[in-house]
Amino acid sequence: MNELRDTSEVGELIQFIVIKIDDEQYGINIKYIDNIVRMQQITRVPKVDPYLKGVINIRGEIVPVMSVRMKMGLDEDVITGKSRIIILKTSEGDLVGIIVDQVNQVLTLDVNNIEKMRYDDKKGSDNAKFVGGVGHYEGGLVSILDLDAVVSEKESKEKASNAS
Amino acid sequence: MDVSQYLSVFLDEAKEHLQSLNDNIMVLEQDPENEDCINEIFRSAHSMKGMAGTMGYTRMQNLTHDMEDVFSDVRAGKIKIQSADIDVLLQCLDAIQEYVDNITENQDEGTDEHQNIIKSLADIRNGGANGGEAAAPAADAKPKADAPAADAAAPGADGTTDYRAIKLDPSVKSTLEEAKAQGKKLYGITVHIQESCILKAARGFLVFKGLEEIGEIAVSDPNTQDIEDEKFEYSFSLVLITDESKEKVEEIVKSVSEVEGCECGEFDPSGAKSSEEKEEAPAANTPAPAANTPAPAANTPAPAAAKGGNAGKKPVGKPVVNRTVRVDIDKLDVLMNLVSELIIAKNSLISAANTSGVSNSNVNEQIEYLESVTTNLHESVMKVRMVPIESVLQKFPRMIRDLNKTLGKKMELTMTGEDTEMDRTVVDEIGDPLMHLIRNSADHGIESAELRAQRGKPEVGQIFLHAFQDGNSVVIEVGDDGNGIDAEAVKNKAIEKGVVSPEQAALLTEKQCVELLFHPGFSTAKQVSEISGRGVGLDVVKSKVESLSGEVTVKTKLGEGSTWIIRLPLTLAIIQALMVIIGEEKYAIPLDSIQSIEDVSPSDLKFVENKEVINLRGSVLPLIRLNQVLDTESTKDPNEDMVVVIARKGDQLAGLVIDELMGQQEIVIKPLGKYTNKCKLISGATILGDGEIALILDTNSIF
Repeated sequence: MNELRDTSEVGELIQFIVIKIDDEQYGINIKYIDNIVRMQQITRVPKVDPYLKGVINIRGEIVPVMSVRMKMGLDEDVITGKSRIIILKTSEGDLVGIIVDQVNQVLTLDVNNIEKMRYDDKKGSDNAKFVGGVGHYEGGLVSILDLDAVVSEKESKEKASNAS
Repeated sequence: MDVSQYLSVFLDEAKEHLQSLNDNIMVLEQDPENEDCINEIFRSAHSMKGMAGTMGYTRMQNLTHDMEDVFSDVRAGKIKIQSADIDVLLQCLDAIQEYVDNITENQDEGTDEHQNIIKSLADIRNGGANGGEAAAPAADAKPKADAPAADAAAPGADGTTDYRAIKLDPSVKSTLEEAKAQGKKLYGITVHIQESCILKAARGFLVFKGLEEIGEIAVSDPNTQDIEDEKFEYSFSLVLITDESKEKVEEIVKSVSEVEGCECGEFDPSGAKSSEEKEEAPAANTPAPAANTPAPAANTPAPAAAKGGNAGKKPVGKPVVNRTVRVDIDKLDVLMNLVSELIIAKNSLISAANTSGVSNSNVNEQIEYLESVTTNLHESVMKVRMVPIESVLQKFPRMIRDLNKTLGKKMELTMTGEDTEMDRTVVDEIGDPLMHLIRNSADHGIESAELRAQRGKPEVGQIFLHAFQDGNSVVIEVGDDGNGIDAEAVKNKAIEKGVVSPEQAALLTEKQCVELLFHPGFSTAKQVSEISGRGVGLDVVKSKVESLSGEVTVKTKLGEGSTWIIRLPLTLAIIQALMVIIGEEKYAIPLDSIQSIEDVSPSDLKFVENKEVINLRGSVLPLIRLNQVLDTESTKDPNEDMVVVIARKGDQLAGLVIDELMGQQEIVIKPLGKYTNKCKLISGATILGDGEIALILDTNSIF
């Protein structure tokens, strides 16, 4: 993974892991990431919401895994050799895994280069409500995932961006 | 002084003392002459007074002080406890409990002075005071001086020493008197060494050395040689001739480590007699010293918080000295988790050895050894977490006594198996359900005296509580010889409350009717009484017990009584389970809930009300196909014999159809994280040897 750095302005630098879901790139603030693991066998739990794929064993702890695709209303995950489970640490300290199609790179962004999404913008399409902001870098644009919205148990929850 | 760090110790000990007071006063009610009891009460009240004083809770201190006074009079034989007094004393305990509760909640004892109780306590003492005693103030002064005297006598009587009891040789006595004449100060010192101290002699030596720097030790009891040879219990006394102040002396003694405390007071050689009764020693003093000397010596309520806490632990005739350590339950949780990890690692090792084909006999031997060590380790840690259920049961006799009065019924509570041990977390939680069941028996079970007489039952109603261990679970039975449960009344009530429809009710068996009692919002009390029927019904008992992975059932016979049976698992973290395969998935079924495993041919299937049942040795059981419940596809040919696990929930049985058996295994229960815990069928998950996860089925919710 190559690291890109935007040095034009001085501001607080935040590192993001850039992942791919469907055809879009999303950034996840590195401080919310506990671990990234390869796809492994997920134990199904009966009678739970369909986006919950089941549980996995992370260092002896039982961690639920959810499909971001299904939450976003996209097609069912297609597991490839590039699929990964990103283990996130929620604000309450619980671990939760999300399935992503691919992990691309680590990106360091200047706070000044991140545009917060305004409330109005969030009303749009299904997956827009999971985006907390947009980051600019030399290679283009990356949507910053609003992790609170992603891991919330409700189908839609509009909350201020947590990822920036 | 910042005492907040001692608060939890204070609260713990206050609760212990309260309990001991409660118990002993109850015994005293039956046997007002019981000296052990009176002494124990006195000591507890005294310790509480000291603790409360140290922590600055003056109201509590006053109340306990007055209580202590009453018992010092009782001890001195001045008054006798009447049965009416017991009520006052119990009120007093309630008031103290109130203080403790207030302190627990907001670290403040509250503002209620409980003047009426203090007055009643004074009345008890005045009532018993004989003619020679003057009015209240005078009576007050005398026992105050007596109390320490009596207290001081106790250590001496218990094989420990006290400086006031030191016997003086004539030569020593003259030395002392001479020194006194020279204007030197004489101090009597009793040093208490911690019971955990290993090198008592060394500590004694250090005390001597320290004191000799500031003065001369005239005499000690036991003598110096015996102290050096460790021929003493946990305390020794000495008389010091010095120019220094008392505070200085105390400071020197306490600076020696492992010294629990010391009692220090001016020593009057003329007061100490070689052969007289010890009790008389302070009394023989002139009035002025009598008020002064014993005061600091009596006990050490104020000087230091640590000492205040220890004061109650003085080896003052405690019948059994427990060598215990208080450990934070969180630390035990950590330890338990580590043991769990170890068991998972062991399971992994076994499965790794099997799959990699290392079947060397030496490897197997070592693995077996490891297995036995981890099992023992698990058991030991579990035992450390176990406490006798006694702590919960202790409050019930008092409760029944109070209920006797409020309900106007005659009842007696018998308890067995108080020493049955359970996991600390379970014991903490089980108190309320048990209390509810006992109140229930008292309120609804036991009939009025007239009705009992009509039915030819003994006048006094019996309520019993039996606790015992049964395999891997603990059973607590609560019952009475009262009215029993009227299934018809329950049924009618249920219909009235809309719990069941009249049509449904008509189909219910008597047993099922009784089970309706556990339905939320069901209370059969004809009117709401103070004792039960406050909206907290049996459903709360049931849900509480089930939250502890236990179950509650009831046996009843109309007119003869009823018994509630609570069955709880011994431990919550590690269990024996049967591993099964359903569809392609592995599940664990707790072994406790399994009755047997049967092979059933599809031709034996019968249908009752469109539901599959099987006939197992004469009883008809519903059949539950787990693959349907768990939304998975069975891998078995429907014409093949079915593997049926017969699961038990209370007295009910049901057959659970599975695909394949894997075997029995010790598993560690891990909570399913947030999000996935909504599934009621699954009570948790466990990690298998190969790192795979198996879900644990909660058979109770499948029924």
